[in-house]
Amino acid sequence: MTEFPVLTPALPEIFMALSAITLLMLGVFRGDGDTRLISYLTVGVEVVAAVLVLTGSGVREVTFSNLFVMDSFGAFMKVLVLMGSALSVLVSINYIEREQMKRIEFPVLMLLATLGMMMMVSANDLISLYVGLELQSLALYVLAAFRRDHAKSSEAGLKYFVLGALSSGMLLYGASLVYGFAGTTNFSVLADLFAGHGQQAGHTSIGLIAGLTFVAAGLAFKISAVPFHMWTPDVYEGAPTPVTAFFAVAPKVAAIALFVRLLIEPFGSMVDQWRQIIYFTALASMVLGSFAAIGQTNIKRLMAYSSIGHIGFALVGLAAGTELGVRGVMFYMAIYIFMNIGTFGIILCMRQNGRMVEEITDLAGLSKTHPMLALAMLIFMFSMAGIPPAAGFFAKLFVFQAAIQAHLYSLAILGVLASVVGAFYYLRIIKVMYFDEPVEPLDRNISGEMTLVIAGTSLFTLLFFFFPSPLLNGAAAAAASLFAG
Amino acid sequence: MEVAAIFLPLLAAFIAGFFGRLIGDRGSQIVTTGAVCVSALISVWLFVDVALHGNARTIELMTWIDSGTFEVSWALKFDSLTAVMLIVVNTVSSMVHVYSIGYMSHDHHKPRFMAYLSLFTFFMLMLVTADNFVQMYFGWEGVGLASYLLINFWYEKPSANAASMKAFIVNRVGDFGFALGIMAIFFLFGSVHFDTVFAAAAGMAGHTINFLGFDLDALTVACLLLFMGAMGKSAQLGLHTWLPDAMEGPTPVSALIHAATMVTAGVFMVARLSPIFEYAPAALNFIAFVGASTAFVAATIGLTQFDIKRVIAYSTMSQLGYMFFALGVSAYSAAMFHLMTHAFFKALLFLGAGSVIHALSDEQDMRKMGGVWRLIPVTYVMMWIGSLALAGIPFFAGYYSKDMILEAAYASHSAVGTYAFWLGILAALMTAFYSWRLIIMTFHGRPRANDRVMAHVHESPLIMTIPLGILAIGAVFAGMVAYNWFVGEGRGEFWGKAIFVLHENDTVEAAHHVPGWVPLAPFIAGLIGIALAYLFYMFMPQLPGIVASKLGGVYRFVYRKWMFDELYDKLFVQPAKFLGYGLWKSGDGAIIDGVGPDGIAAATRDVAFRAARLQSGYVYHYAFAMVIGVVLLVGWFYFFG
Repeated sequence: MTEFPVLTPALPEIFMALSAITLLMLGVFRGDGDTRLISYLTVGVEVVAAVLVLTGSGVREVTFSNLFVMDSFGAFMKVLVLMGSALSVLVSINYIEREQMKRIEFPVLMLLATLGMMMMVSANDLISLYVGLELQSLALYVLAAFRRDHAKSSEAGLKYFVLGALSSGMLLYGASLVYGFAGTTNFSVLADLFAGHGQQAGHTSIGLIAGLTFVAAGLAFKISAVPFHMWTPDVYEGAPTPVTAFFAVAPKVAAIALFVRLLIEPFGSMVDQWRQIIYFTALASMVLGSFAAIGQTNIKRLMAYSSIGHIGFALVGLAAGTELGVRGVMFYMAIYIFMNIGTFGIILCMRQNGRMVEEITDLAGLSKTHPMLALAMLIFMFSMAGIPPAAGFFAKLFVFQAAIQAHLYSLAILGVLASVVGAFYYLRIIKVMYFDEPVEPLDRNISGEMTLVIAGTSLFTLLFFFFPSPLLNGAAAAAASLFAG
Repeated sequence: MEVAAIFLPLLAAFIAGFFGRLIGDRGSQIVTTGAVCVSALISVWLFVDVALHGNARTIELMTWIDSGTFEVSWALKFDSLTAVMLIVVNTVSSMVHVYSIGYMSHDHHKPRFMAYLSLFTFFMLMLVTADNFVQMYFGWEGVGLASYLLINFWYEKPSANAASMKAFIVNRVGDFGFALGIMAIFFLFGSVHFDTVFAAAAGMAGHTINFLGFDLDALTVACLLLFMGAMGKSAQLGLHTWLPDAMEGPTPVSALIHAATMVTAGVFMVARLSPIFEYAPAALNFIAFVGASTAFVAATIGLTQFDIKRVIAYSTMSQLGYMFFALGVSAYSAAMFHLMTHAFFKALLFLGAGSVIHALSDEQDMRKMGGVWRLIPVTYVMMWIGSLALAGIPFFAGYYSKDMILEAAYASHSAVGTYAFWLGILAALMTAFYSWRLIIMTFHGRPRANDRVMAHVHESPLIMTIPLGILAIGAVFAGMVAYNWFVGEGRGEFWGKAIFVLHENDTVEAAHHVPGWVPLAPFIAGLIGIALAYLFYMFMPQLPGIVASKLGGVYRFVYRKWMFDELYDKLFVQPAKFLGYGLWKSGDGAIIDGVGPDGIAAATRDVAFRAARLQSGYVYHYAFAMVIGVVLLVGWFYFFG
């Protein structure tokens, strides 16, 4: 005799699942012609889900036999995921119409992937973690290969799938090791176990550490941290640009959230062990992201390396392993979403005579042909390079601050040096836009949604400086909830 | 009223400097000249009120710096010393302003020139009205700046660039000493205010300061450092090399800055600080020694030069030497007297030389002049008056002041005083000689300029000759009129508290009681000099060549200015250049740029290239990287965790 589970903590997810099915039915019956309508509805569903998340109780609740957890950390990250996803859908609408990709499955798949991410954020067990991850990944595999008549897109989807399967394998293997050595897969039980374990002996078995390493590797793949990043440039370049934009934001936020929860909650007392992994991947990601981007000519590839670098910076906060560090990570991801969606919005505007272009040199003289667009890009690039007063500066400031307080001086110093190298390629884009002569101007017609997204994100990035407290307080409260449990 | 006298030139400089384009050449000339002339008139009133009626006063303008115990105000101090300097500066400056209107009539940058001149005047007035060391330093640096700007006025000329830099850099050496001196004063007295420091000076005599293990007399150290500043600004031997080169500037500049006013700032400074220097006898002896040596060395060089302005420049340096050895024997009032008379006749000589140069189409080499005295009679007469005053011929201004200095030196009866007296007599002989050498070579004999130049020779316009006339009046009568005030019976009343002399050091008093041959000696030396000049250049023109070749090495040594430039070049300039070049090429270029910016950039590019190459595009490479990554991490924990 089992009790019927409490559903309220999972209300947004349940709503999204039902909506996804409904939208799919609607699409099937109405046909591809109504893709635009479905897209708008998808955005609407996500907005409603975000409202549901925000109106939740705010206290920590678990349900479904301890598999699912809802707390303010989860709420914060879910809102970020939903925001990233909704913005991605918005910027994709015109693109898929123009590029003959108008299929109703496109927004629905994005909705399903988002649902998977929500599940990841709320996972409280290695099993629910895996289920959420796979729901997300399967939808993303399809999205990456969405232009199946296009060799590059198919290649991207296939690569992502094969490597994703490998990473899932690693993750499962790690989960089985953990189960084998600890006897449970539930986060709460694991946390209690390790806390007691640490007090008794101060020694943790190598099997558990190996398991943790494998799980971490699987998650590192999703956030494309070095050395599990190799798929990123190829997939970013090959996938349709709105999909790339989506890849760059929503799954990253969800996977980081999962990563943070996994390391802080169940494995919190093993911080000395996992910090070494995070330290290494953070450093390697920052360095590789900065250096490898310099040689790129394709702007989507460049953004791939840029996102690798950004994940490295965010992980610096996680490496600190403190409440301040987690706050830094959440804050970084929030700002990261805005900068990235805005930048991809501009990349989506890069068309010459109706044909998409992706080379950095195509931006030459943008300041003369599209002054406002160039200005927005300037703001994003300054922000990504971490130049004050753009928001990206504060993002970096908080993670490095946390690292310093955790006495990770070498990581902070190397990170700052890497960001100096990284500044080069961001500034080069500005140089190309402002100082090079235009070769062939980009097309002028930019849709209303796109203008809205670019203007909104760039204003946020520029003016964040004046109103930092709502976001900061939110992140602080969310981080506190994680450590309270 | 007093404030207007000081700040009108600044206002004029501001207007002409920033709005010169707006108000035009004529406007700039009227504004600046008018302002300085008004200042000159006010200074006459001030002179009567302050110096003659004894109404010395200080006007506080505002607090400048107030930090802890360090307090500095902007204030204008008016006493007899200041009043004398105001008369000198403003009179000469206004005459030079007027003269410049004519002299610079063919120049294209008249507003700039006039603005610089007025700016210089302002800084000079700040210097002489300062009531504390820091404000004096402000004026001191300001005149240095104005001098730099004016020497380099014709900035297209490389030689002017070099000369201005030389002037600035050599002065920096002296100013460094001056600044250290001010710091020493503050260290000793805890104040930089003149009155406070002067009041405490007697109590400080005999104190020592320990520097690197040596116990040094505190006041001597401070005074020597301050004098170092004076040496730079007043071109005393050792730091004099910039003055002859400064003649690259336009001639009115030479007259105003490098003869009458700025170069005498050092003399003024020592006289102003007489209450301190009186208690530092060693420093005074040193000053007297340097002054006498300068007077002699500069005179010998003056004998051999051919550039008309350089001859007068060395003459200036020599006369400054006189003033300094007067200071050195505590005859401050005599030094100030000579400063004043010298300002008139030296400005007259320079402006006269400018008139000659103007007439001869910018020719400055005396070997290409000659035979023009009938063509430019006014200038000729003016040069005569200036030279008579310079040579110390009776009843001209220089006679009174120079005699007074030599008598005071004799009357001091110290070793260094005697040294100064005899070198002074020799220098007086040489002064007369080179002055008439200049007159004869310039105006008499066969014309050595080419026909085209000769056809153009013309007397200068009235706007240039009127200032000459006014200065000539000063050169003739200044000595006669002012003798009693400056060094005669009325001197105690005239100077008031402005100059302080210990009773046993009162050489000016003693100078009135020297043997009868002493006052005659410089006059006779002057006459001999003039006679020799006539002999050498008028009656036996082959003689100079013979003497020069007979003296051979000595002549060349003197002609090349005692090799100071060569020596400094070897000692300072070449090593500095060598060091700079070395640090630039190997230090900055090879090491810092090579390893730093260039090296890092190259390394970054290299790393970027390699990092990008990792991305092969093959799935199995990627999978391999992931697996290796996991293996490495697990292995790390296995072995080190």
